[in-house]
Amino acid sequence: MDLSIGLFVFMLATFVGLEIIRKVSPLLHTPLMSLTNAISAISVVGAILITGAEGATMLSKVLGFIAITAAVTNIVSGFLITDRMLKMFKKREEKK
Amino acid sequence: MEHLGSYIYIVSAGLFILSLKWMNSPATARRGVFAGETGMLLAIVGVLVANHITNWEWILAAFFIGTAIGVPIAYIMPMTAVPQRTAMSHACGALAAALVGTAEFYRANRLHETLPTFVMVALMLETLLGFLTFTGSLMAMGKLQEVLPQRPITYKNQNTVNFVLFAIAVVLGVRLVMVPTDIWIFPVFAGLSLLFGILLIIPIGGADMPTVIALLNSYAGLSACAMGFALGNNLLVVAGALDGSSGLILSIIMCKAMNRSFTNVLFGAFGQIQTSAAKTQQRPYRSASAEEASSILEAASSVIIVPGYGLAVAQAQHKIRELYDSLMRRGIDVKFAIHPVAGRMPGHMNVLLAEADIPYDRLFEMDDINGEFGQCDVALVIGANDVTNPAARTDKSSPIYGMPILDVDKAHTVMVIKRSMNPGFAGIDNDLYYMDKTLMLFGDAKAFVTEIIKELPAKVGA
Repeated sequence: MDLSIGLFVFMLATFVGLEIIRKVSPLLHTPLMSLTNAISAISVVGAILITGAEGATMLSKVLGFIAITAAVTNIVSGFLITDRMLKMFKKREEKK
Repeated sequence: MEHLGSYIYIVSAGLFILSLKWMNSPATARRGVFAGETGMLLAIVGVLVANHITNWEWILAAFFIGTAIGVPIAYIMPMTAVPQRTAMSHACGALAAALVGTAEFYRANRLHETLPTFVMVALMLETLLGFLTFTGSLMAMGKLQEVLPQRPITYKNQNTVNFVLFAIAVVLGVRLVMVPTDIWIFPVFAGLSLLFGILLIIPIGGADMPTVIALLNSYAGLSACAMGFALGNNLLVVAGALDGSSGLILSIIMCKAMNRSFTNVLFGAFGQIQTSAAKTQQRPYRSASAEEASSILEAASSVIIVPGYGLAVAQAQHKIRELYDSLMRRGIDVKFAIHPVAGRMPGHMNVLLAEADIPYDRLFEMDDINGEFGQCDVALVIGANDVTNPAARTDKSSPIYGMPILDVDKAHTVMVIKRSMNPGFAGIDNDLYYMDKTLMLFGDAKAFVTEIIKELPAKVGA
């Protein structure tokens, strides 16, 4: 990958991130954090590449295995717990 | 197939952005989670189609174990333990990044592949951030779980020691970038990063956890981002940058809410509220029983409840919901005032109160509700301390001077549920407790609120 393209992507993504996150209601900061946590478990992609590479050594496989396990734990628990939290946020029911 | 992979990555990155965008309101937030899940699924499909992947048994086993751990965590974890879980997942995410970096380093070395300098720099950053966030988050988790003391642990020249360690790690990292064949340096480099993570969090007290958690969130994201540079994968860069900026914004918000400068936090000099030799002079205060408290509440027409970490410790959220219901039924207007750093992580109080089914349109942010304290009959403070201390406005010598606070002292009557007169571990005495209009209600938050509720119905129609 071209370094400049990577930096370009990084710069744009950071600005988009800053603008979007700024608008998130403080009410939802905890779910937001668990959601971004799940999203940053995208490192599972790198872990799969390392583990699944042809001719991977035992070291690569073991490290990759732990990395995938950790990342998948984050993905699964991150998304599920975010949803569980969000389900709890309810508006007041209309007064009878 | 490689092109197909890239296109899938683009869709996935778009979904991640939408996912965060939909988090801006509770009405659309669950859609956001769905978008995130879809994005993640696509990303995994993308990496599988675009690359020739072998060693399936390893990958599938890891997926299986990860799911088996993740599902129970998500469903069994009580809401009061959410800060710990968050710290733990920062640790997991950072560990994944660090290990991938380590594996990649050894792989390139074994094959005598010369990586471009910027890839090496990214690898070193990934490993450094990954390992230090890993141990740092574990320490934070230990403190939140109260396995480790919540008090800051300090020793002489702490900052110097930390700085020197960090500097050595950076120098070793630079050396590895220049001479990647010096393999023996790598374990030392990794070890120093791990150690630095521990030392970084040791001096931080429990009350500073919201900032620290947000900062660790940011670091975990940045290490994923560095992995993106190291592996040449733009999706990783985007997702990492989103996470990094999210953590950054949250920690800036937390810093502002504590009136700390951001550089102060970034360089790890935080948590060091120097406890000025606690003046142990006795001052008079007034205390009241649950019975008196309930009659005052009943006579009020508007009540603002100010929750804090003590509420989480006592797990009092459901009892508070009962109190809320019972007061609302009497036509009393009940609102909740949430300080940004109340609790142990950003948004902690909101989640707890939402868990107890308190409607979220009753939860108000500091700036929105501060003007209302003046017209409010009773402010009921439950387990909050520093965020209500008027010294932050007036006393220049106070360590929390300048911190924005909830103007609880402007309410007609203030009631504070607290276990004893002991100042919190920050050691700052709260002037609020000695005001004429303040009543101290001594006891465990949950037990005391239960008492108040018991006293309330007895008086209906009396």
